[in-house]
Amino acid sequence: MPAATTLERSARTADTQSLLRFITCGSVDDGKSTLIGRLLYDSKMILDDQLEALESDSRRLGTQGGELDFALLVDGLAAEREQGITIDVAYRYFATDKRKFIVADTPGHEQYTRNMVTGASTAELAVILVDARKGVLTQTRRHSFLVRLLGIRQVILAINKMDLVDYRQEAFDTIVADYGAFAAEIGLDDVTAIPLSALRGDNVAGRSTHMPWHAGFSLIEALERAPVDLAAQAGRPFRLPVQWVARPDHSFRGFAGQIASGAVRPGDRVRLSPSGRETAIARIVTRDGDLAVGEAGQSVTLTFTEEVDCSRGDVIAAARDPVAAADQFEASLVWMAAEPMLPGRGYLMKIGTSVVGASITEPKYKVNVNTLEHLAARTLELNEIGVCNLALDRPVAFEAYADSPDLGGFILIDRITNATVGAGMIGFALRRSANIHWQAVDVDKQTRARAKGQAPRVVWFTGLSGAGKS
Amino acid sequence: MTFASVDIMPRRAAPSAAEDSAPMLSHLERLEAESIHILREVVAETERPVMLYSIGKDSGVLLHLAVKAFYPAKPPFPLLHVDTTWKFKAMYAMREHAAAAHGFELIVHKNPDALARGINPFDHGSLHTDLWKTVGLKQALDAHRFDAAFGGARRDEEKSRAKERVVSVRSPTHGWDPKAQRPELWKLYNTRRGPGETLRVFPLSNWTELDIWQYIQAEAIPIVPLYLAAERPVVERDGALIMVDDERMRLREGETPRLRKVRFRTLGCYPLTGAIESNAETIAAIIAEMRASTTSERQGRAIDHDQSASMEKKKREGYF
Ligand SMILES: Nc1nc2c(ncn2[C@@H]2O[C@H](COP(=O)(O)OP(=O)(O)O)[C@@H](O)[C@H]2O)c(=O)[nH]1
Repeated sequence: MPAATTLERSARTADTQSLLRFITCGSVDDGKSTLIGRLLYDSKMILDDQLEALESDSRRLGTQGGELDFALLVDGLAAEREQGITIDVAYRYFATDKRKFIVADTPGHEQYTRNMVTGASTAELAVILVDARKGVLTQTRRHSFLVRLLGIRQVILAINKMDLVDYRQEAFDTIVADYGAFAAEIGLDDVTAIPLSALRGDNVAGRSTHMPWHAGFSLIEALERAPVDLAAQAGRPFRLPVQWVARPDHSFRGFAGQIASGAVRPGDRVRLSPSGRETAIARIVTRDGDLAVGEAGQSVTLTFTEEVDCSRGDVIAAARDPVAAADQFEASLVWMAAEPMLPGRGYLMKIGTSVVGASITEPKYKVNVNTLEHLAARTLELNEIGVCNLALDRPVAFEAYADSPDLGGFILIDRITNATVGAGMIGFALRRSANIHWQAVDVDKQTRARAKGQAPRVVWFTGLSGAGKS
Repeated sequence: MTFASVDIMPRRAAPSAAEDSAPMLSHLERLEAESIHILREVVAETERPVMLYSIGKDSGVLLHLAVKAFYPAKPPFPLLHVDTTWKFKAMYAMREHAAAAHGFELIVHKNPDALARGINPFDHGSLHTDLWKTVGLKQALDAHRFDAAFGGARRDEEKSRAKERVVSVRSPTHGWDPKAQRPELWKLYNTRRGPGETLRVFPLSNWTELDIWQYIQAEAIPIVPLYLAAERPVVERDGALIMVDDERMRLREGETPRLRKVRFRTLGCYPLTGAIESNAETIAAIIAEMRASTTSERQGRAIDHDQSASMEKKKREGYF
């Protein structure tokens, strides 16, 4: 057992950059590959041997008359193109002195929805590219809708190819106004517009001398300043989905998981979901020593002061603000398989650390991603998005996706092929009863019945949230 | 146009001004937490996991994370080293030390067929990698009926790896079918397998070479000394600096080993691994050299020069 050194956080690994994950979206030829290539190049991620290869590739295959063609840095292998597996999300990495960035790049065209949704699921910010000559297109709207669907709050509207419109402010202003109106309608309210030329490097790393009228940040500056999602989750109540139970010997039982939100300290009362049992935190165990506080995003192991049943799939939550469990939901669903969604068929749902049988009881409507119209739906085809009711085999701990992507996002798995066929976001639980928190008490039913000579009865305390029921 | 669907669209919680200024996890802390999460998910959802241990820096980090992930319990899986008998001497020393230090069971597999046929990097070209590594790995996974193998590969290693999944499904014959790979959303890894199917799992997918070195420095993770610059006997061959690590090295006409100050960015079979000239005797110095624009780490790996799409091809055949 560890010496009880109490650490705030590992001082050794804390003293470095922060991390931001973002997604880039754009229509074909808007300059997405060029922009990503430029970001990698400007942040010196392109090494000498790669640069040599780029120079020779640019001469051979480039579209820039022999000048460096940054798009070639990120285009897939020839073999890959032949196999037609461009239907995928590519992850790229670069860093500045302040931050490390993970970029989800979604190049596929036909498979756009599936890929974008996959890339957007882990993104904290979206860079939406627009060609300055073309302005806001149907695709721009579709990308924005998907960004919004996945709950990404921050958008950078990158108005590219400004060199082709003579760096004129009017061109930029028109697109900003146009997009602003649309963004407001769909509820994207944190949009930063930046005029740039990915090809020439204007406003990518440094501020452009061609556009003195733009008072805002360059793209990299804006990316360095964007708040991370963990900041929001840190302010929410404590939740940890249990992944694994550590039992090195008879004296130790620890519950391992990654803190989805909030903070936890030894002594904190916690309630488990779905069981409703309560206990308190004894220790926050890590190999570097016990922690005085565990924070959102950290992977830790918790021990309890009083032993209660707890296993993989349970969520440990702040007792004052516990997590509900339910077995029926309304959710948005993105279909990702060639075989259409079949209402009534049994799928497996993975949510948090639970895997549970699930079926779609009622497709309510699907959404046309180009016009955002609602259409009646009996099923969902590949790349279609709809809203459905789902029923599970047993209640699981959950939160609305809007509150917690970790506890409200789920995937559906085909029971026969084991393929991941759908991704969903919980809106709300359908059964009212699911909102009852089981109030676990120290005196169990039998003890109480014996002591008082009473038969157990259910008493329903009802009233508004905050009325003092607990 | 109607936007009635707005109400179904969630909005992730926004940070308040106060939270913005709260200290956040650093990039290394987030990477560490993510890798630990992946290790735990796969251990919880598979029957017989194993960790492939190649003795390199990435393996060192992976091992360190495994110890953290399951602490105070021991990581509930053995280490597997698929040996080619041609690794650097210093690597074998490190292997015994690392396994013993953390109480891991260490399985060393040498393809008996390759052993019997005396397969070596001088006479057998790409057959060497194929028999020792590709076939050797399949033999070991089959013999022990492992259903999930952790490996230390990263997506930044080369362009073709950028789309690699964290959890990658392999057929009963260990083949990799690009179309069978599953979309990975949020932190939800689909680890389900059909009969005979196995998983390759890459918990370091999102780490870069620089992250690895920063973490090794921050956590004082032991590494094979070959990563640090020292005077070593090398010959220059086909543009690479090859270290003469033992008497099996076959010198060509006109080759005489000379002492040069070199270090290695990746480690493999010594006759196939190129060194770079360097003065970096500490990890801090390696990081400084990396920051001052260099070459990519795979340049020293002869395996990649075979053909442009070599990794892709090797993966299909079952190489890790
Ligand atoms: N003039 C100009 N051309 C650009 C710019 N960005 C990209 N391009 C060109 O637009 C074309 C499409 O770019 P690419 O990056 O391949 O687009 P993608 O399909 O979005 O990845 C290429 O010929 C690029 O060189 C820019 O800022 N200015």
